[in-house]
Amino acid sequence: MKMRRWITRFVVAGTALGAAAGPAFGERGSDGDLKILYWQAVSIMNPYLSSGTKDMHAASMVIEPLARFDETGNIVPTLVSEIPSLENGGISEDLTTITWRILPDLRWSDGTDFTAEDVVFTWQYCTAPDGGCAQRSQFTDVAAVEAVDPLTVRVTFSVPKPYPFGPFVGMSSPIIQKAQFESCVGARAPECTEANFGPHGTGPFKVRELRANDVVLFDANQYYRDPAKPAFATATLKGGGDATSAARAVLESGEFDYGWNLMIEPEVLATMEQAGRGTLVSSFGSLVERIVINWTNPDPALGSLRSTREGGEHPFLSDPAVRRALSMAIDRDLLVDIGFGEAGQATCNIVPAPEINRSTGNDDWCLTADIEGANALLDEAGWVPGPDGIRAKDGVRLSMLYQTSTNSVRQSMQAIIKDMWSAIGVDAELRDVSSSVFFGGDPGSPDTFQKFFADVEMYANNFDGTDAESYLAEWTCALIPSPETGWRGQNIPRYCNPEYDALVAKLGETAEEQPRAEIVKQLNDMLTADGAHIPLVHRGDLSGHVNTLAGVRMNSWDSQLWNVADWYRTE
Amino acid sequence: MFAYTLRRLMFAVPTLLAISFVIFALLDLAPNDPTGDLPLTIPPEVRDQIRSSLGLDQPFLIRYLLWLQQFMINEPLNLLERLLGVELGNSSERLRVTSWATRSPVVDLIIQRLPQTLWVIGLSYVLAVLIAVPLGVLSAYRQYSWFDQLGTFLSMVGFSVPTFFTGVLLIVVFSSWLGWFPAIYDTNHRVTDWQSLVYQLRQMAMPVFVLTLYNTSQIARFVRASLLDNLSQDYIRTARAKGVKERSVLLVHALRNSLIPVVTVIALGVPAVFSGAIITEQIFRVNGLGQLLIIAIQGADIPLVQTLTFIFAILIILFNLIADLLYAMLDPRIRYD
Repeated sequence: MKMRRWITRFVVAGTALGAAAGPAFGERGSDGDLKILYWQAVSIMNPYLSSGTKDMHAASMVIEPLARFDETGNIVPTLVSEIPSLENGGISEDLTTITWRILPDLRWSDGTDFTAEDVVFTWQYCTAPDGGCAQRSQFTDVAAVEAVDPLTVRVTFSVPKPYPFGPFVGMSSPIIQKAQFESCVGARAPECTEANFGPHGTGPFKVRELRANDVVLFDANQYYRDPAKPAFATATLKGGGDATSAARAVLESGEFDYGWNLMIEPEVLATMEQAGRGTLVSSFGSLVERIVINWTNPDPALGSLRSTREGGEHPFLSDPAVRRALSMAIDRDLLVDIGFGEAGQATCNIVPAPEINRSTGNDDWCLTADIEGANALLDEAGWVPGPDGIRAKDGVRLSMLYQTSTNSVRQSMQAIIKDMWSAIGVDAELRDVSSSVFFGGDPGSPDTFQKFFADVEMYANNFDGTDAESYLAEWTCALIPSPETGWRGQNIPRYCNPEYDALVAKLGETAEEQPRAEIVKQLNDMLTADGAHIPLVHRGDLSGHVNTLAGVRMNSWDSQLWNVADWYRTE
Repeated sequence: MFAYTLRRLMFAVPTLLAISFVIFALLDLAPNDPTGDLPLTIPPEVRDQIRSSLGLDQPFLIRYLLWLQQFMINEPLNLLERLLGVELGNSSERLRVTSWATRSPVVDLIIQRLPQTLWVIGLSYVLAVLIAVPLGVLSAYRQYSWFDQLGTFLSMVGFSVPTFFTGVLLIVVFSSWLGWFPAIYDTNHRVTDWQSLVYQLRQMAMPVFVLTLYNTSQIARFVRASLLDNLSQDYIRTARAKGVKERSVLLVHALRNSLIPVVTVIALGVPAVFSGAIITEQIFRVNGLGQLLIIAIQGADIPLVQTLTFIFAILIILFNLIADLLYAMLDPRIRYD
């Protein structure tokens, strides 16, 4: 593997130069400084105290999990010799324990030995009371983490876990050093600024300096396990600004080697790319932009029963024909063209990836716009157009409040969709709420997406890692938000189907990969077919790098900088 | 005058307390949440734990008093310790105002940012004053000449075209096309020799130009208007009739009198230097106070927003006082005692 990389690098460099250069390849620190640009600046290097994407990505250059996801969503070993499975005995038959075997001779960036104790400590750190650990949910149902011997860690779950790759896998639960964080547990966690800004790690780089909300400077870690990596001696991660100027700095002026999240108008990006200095790279995770349909009645006259199951069914969205017609009227390809370009795909799935989970069950009626079919469906259901063109039945007009968060792409999508719906005689009043309020979850605010005081609302959501079980469980009856639970619960459409709940329970008992994927597909198809929501666009990540940077493998399942150790420069 | 200054300073204390309360209350009432920007994959229970670890589960008044104690007592003590290099009391146990996003002391962040802001924004302000005064004087003295017309035109352009437009325009022309100046301010750059100084000047050129243009336009218009008022006064005619040299008439008689309102404008503009030019800093990625503030606002980092806004309030009150005192120095008719 290493040999192959070596050869590829040689060939790439050779073709670029025309003639073979000296044998300076494959040496640590031979490629100088790597300049990375994130238009959101890094605040802290401890992902347990921040779940900002930019902070987790930056930290992934320094601290590593036991295993991580590659660009196809497969789990690959990082600090362990192999991925535990039922076959190799790493996962117990009753699905309650998983045993990780740590690589021998691993060192921290301060030169001390990496042991199983550090892994145990990481769990203790995140689960300590009053710590406010942002990644607490990675350790759900973990009963114990024990160091069997210095190179073996066993995680025990309180319930059988068909998918035990939550703790210590992926960028949200990397291992931190016990010696460094020992005095920073619980309420003392935020006080350890030095450790939070410069954690010791096992990754290819170590922090030289973090200037919060501005820039992070890295040096190559001399104790990194592969003596030939990283190719760069130093790295600079600059933050701040906006996406457009970041794109310009990478694609046009080439001031930076890598630019994160360059989601701007597709045509502007295309012009920049023509400068010929840089390349755009995209990848797809599980993020789906969707319109959620309110199955309950949001009528303000209901008072405290507004948008609750007790308040009764929605006056017209309870009609399956209306829900389906709303979906059929939407031209998803147009939405992709306008808002997402390369980083979007039309979808009818709520679980669009990884490949094994991708269903085509609803594509026949949903994926292409069918205005005629939608009109016919509504005619059949008895919704007749009134004098103003808006359909009505028994005095109920198909007129909706359509809300979303404030964001220029979402507002243009809203306008286009309103237009598409008017073609089938449905009227929509548009509303947008500042995202910090919309997603803020304040039970005192009437504008949160959980309260859903509207008929339909649009946002994007995804799931952690590559397993959709806990995500699909969000549509079960028990998780419907209501005043009793402080509007907690992720079942935003208030969808409740005993058949669905039973299938989710069955998924929790199934361990083999293939049958699990089959159930995931069934659940996914059920939700779209029933009209719990209207999936619109499978959204990807879009970044860019200069043409002289090689080795980038764009990844949406883990940090985009997950393989920064393999990056190198071609001339 | 000393007594007056002292009285004004004493009066500033209740004013500042009231301001600090209003800021705190406004930020608290704003429908904003530090966990609002977290990914939806983080469950509500975890959000609750995060909120309580930030102290958000405490009642409003307690949080306000705590902040007040941290900012008014603990932070000055820490600053004093840093300056004197001695330990005052139990300093490691003293709670400091801590940012929610970075979990590090707010004051350290501000101290880290201050030099860049003073360098870039301060320099542009000094340049603006140096250019604007002669420009305004010449424009007024030769009213309606081609120089005045040109100056008026440029001022209008500088004043009415927003900095987010001129900034991006400069980047496109001088960075993307011509490649003369870097578009992104390198905040790690250290000036050690001649070459690094040249680089520092190059990277400062565009942001300084944008801000200087804007400030010059504003101040030059004030100088011109004020001088025009004075030039038509009787005492100028008298001076000329007495045979005073034209140079003295203009620069001593007229200019000194017309500077009074200009000084106010300049002094009141100084706090804005500290608060940084938010937009310009953001465009050129200068890591100044303005950028710090905007990031804090976006991330609902309330302690940082609160502290920064309050420091700006102190500066505004302080420079109001300075403007008043300068009045008395420039205009012998004004006496405060």
